[in-house]
Amino acid sequence: MSGTTGSEAYDGDDEHDDHAGQAPGGPHGGGGSGPDHPHRPPRIPTPRTSVEDGGLPLPAVPDREQGEDVRGMRENLQEGLRQDGERLGDLTGTAGPDPSPEPAPELEHPVLTSLLGAWALAACSAEETAAVEAHLGVCGTCADEARRLREAVGLLQRPDSLDLDPGLRTRVLERCLERRPPRIPVPEWALSYDAETARLDALLQDFGDAEWHAPVRLRWFGAEGASNRRTTVAGVIAHLLAVDGLVAAALGLDDPLEEGAAPTPPQERTERYWRNAHFPPTRSVRGPWREQTHALVRTASFTQGTGLLGVSYGGFELPLRDALVDRAFECWVHAEDIADAVDYPYEPPAPRHLHGMIDLAVRMLPGALAQRRQAGLAAPGGDSRHLVAAGRPGRSVRLEIEGRGGGEWLVPLDSPAAVGSAEHQVAHVALDDVEFCRLAAGHVSPREAAAGQVGDQGAIGDVLSAVASLSRL
Amino acid sequence: MAKKDAPPRWDRKMQQRLARGEAAALGELYDRFASLVHGLAHRVLGDERAADGITREVFVHVWEHPESYDPDQGPLRTWVAGLTHRLAVQRLRDTGAAALARGGPGTAEELEHRVRHASVAARADYIVQSMPAPLRAALELAYFQRRDYRQAAADIGITEEEARRRLRLGLQLLSTAHDAASPGAPPGYGGAA
Repeated sequence: MSGTTGSEAYDGDDEHDDHAGQAPGGPHGGGGSGPDHPHRPPRIPTPRTSVEDGGLPLPAVPDREQGEDVRGMRENLQEGLRQDGERLGDLTGTAGPDPSPEPAPELEHPVLTSLLGAWALAACSAEETAAVEAHLGVCGTCADEARRLREAVGLLQRPDSLDLDPGLRTRVLERCLERRPPRIPVPEWALSYDAETARLDALLQDFGDAEWHAPVRLRWFGAEGASNRRTTVAGVIAHLLAVDGLVAAALGLDDPLEEGAAPTPPQERTERYWRNAHFPPTRSVRGPWREQTHALVRTASFTQGTGLLGVSYGGFELPLRDALVDRAFECWVHAEDIADAVDYPYEPPAPRHLHGMIDLAVRMLPGALAQRRQAGLAAPGGDSRHLVAAGRPGRSVRLEIEGRGGGEWLVPLDSPAAVGSAEHQVAHVALDDVEFCRLAAGHVSPREAAAGQVGDQGAIGDVLSAVASLSRL
Repeated sequence: MAKKDAPPRWDRKMQQRLARGEAAALGELYDRFASLVHGLAHRVLGDERAADGITREVFVHVWEHPESYDPDQGPLRTWVAGLTHRLAVQRLRDTGAAALARGGPGTAEELEHRVRHASVAARADYIVQSMPAPLRAALELAYFQRRDYRQAAADIGITEEEARRRLRLGLQLLSTAHDAASPGAPPGYGGAA
């Protein structure tokens, strides 16, 4: 701040004036007060005695150019004393000694000085503007500062690229890792979690309180059919934080629920987390959530293994490598919930990440089918003569997932232990990759899902319902 | 975004992790600084693709040479901003010079002027981002939302005197963007940190 009082630090009259021009007149722009600056702003009125000068005689200065040097020196001294009291960090703004003995008919010098910022921004009243501008005609120090601040206003600009292309992260990181291969890489199976959490965090970046408290309806398709739960954007992040905590606990990191006991299923964890908080979640949940996601990726990197460590979800268990893909999927799904709630666009994950998520869902299908069958929600093995031995081919549905994240899978219908078989194919279902994920997230019902279908309608219905049953809060 | 200054411990640790070759650290580094880097590069170069390119260069440099950052010399954030500034200004100068050499319009002097202007603008952005949040908020109200200082004081819930002080101080900080703008000045980067 201290230092240059003149204009030598900046060579003056260029494009900045465009911006400064947004403020109404006054001695803006121009810069420089040397003789080579003939065009003075005309609006500086003739000087009048400034109040704080009290009885001191002011040299009669017809206009600023001529009087500046002499007056400047004198006022620099006076002003320096005052400004020291007013400078950075003086929150009260009370200026130093200002022993003006006479009642002030106009604004006092410290007030005029303190108005310079507001004046430069055209943010004071007409009377104040006039008073400041009158003062600038007689006070070289203030005039210098005024000019400097006006120039600074020209530097205020809106950030011109708010949203970073999320694909840039992947490209930049890949480029870095090509140039210098990491000694401790992020495992392949943790990449989608890394990418999705980064995307969601970028979405949250510019949220204000209105967005954080925007209502969100979480939907899923449970055993009882379509279910939903109302919360807020912050509540969704709290939900992600709480359920990610299952993975954190499995990795020996701090559990946000401070449980320690037997792991509880995701929904119970979330309800408990919401309940335990004495206040509804706020934006303050972002920090802990993001810290935990970073810690998970980092710790997963140090496992250096195949990611087979078991992560308990309460009722079931997934190996770490699948658990992180599952969490990546949830992160995307809820990021979309959030984006919908605040009316932002949100893209699906990168195709290879999408593929990994679909693959995990398909691998979980035979188990889900068996569960539904046990609960009497799916037809018993269509043909009971067809009991399938473990590892043997069984009746299958061909699942053709279209789109860049897609692929083809044969889903064994009758036993989680059976192997999908083209020879025993009883039906063929075709679905778009993102549509499949919406179904698996419980965002569309099996009936609504836009699927092309050929073959055994019962088997198809069972499979689509099983996909939907993978969804949960 | 009002982010608290990262503790120096974070900076030091980050450097160690990068030096160890931990890819997860690189991701965290990107998450913390990418918008700063991209924003500054974009301000200098005025072009999305070019800003992407500088972003790549900056992170490649930090990843390949984590030891070139010295935590004792200041925050990692300042260092990253300075590196970005240097690379972006260099790029602007190089592409401009190449265009001139091909017989493009303009003079070397105009190019230098453009470079300096872009350099000051980027430094100003950095100063705004790094200044104390209360000052930034006051400027935001007065400039972008066109509130006068009395309205701004009421909006924020501070005295009018304090509103005047914040506006003046914010602009004083911002005006230092001009100071270090002489070409070749070392990027101590911005008056505020």
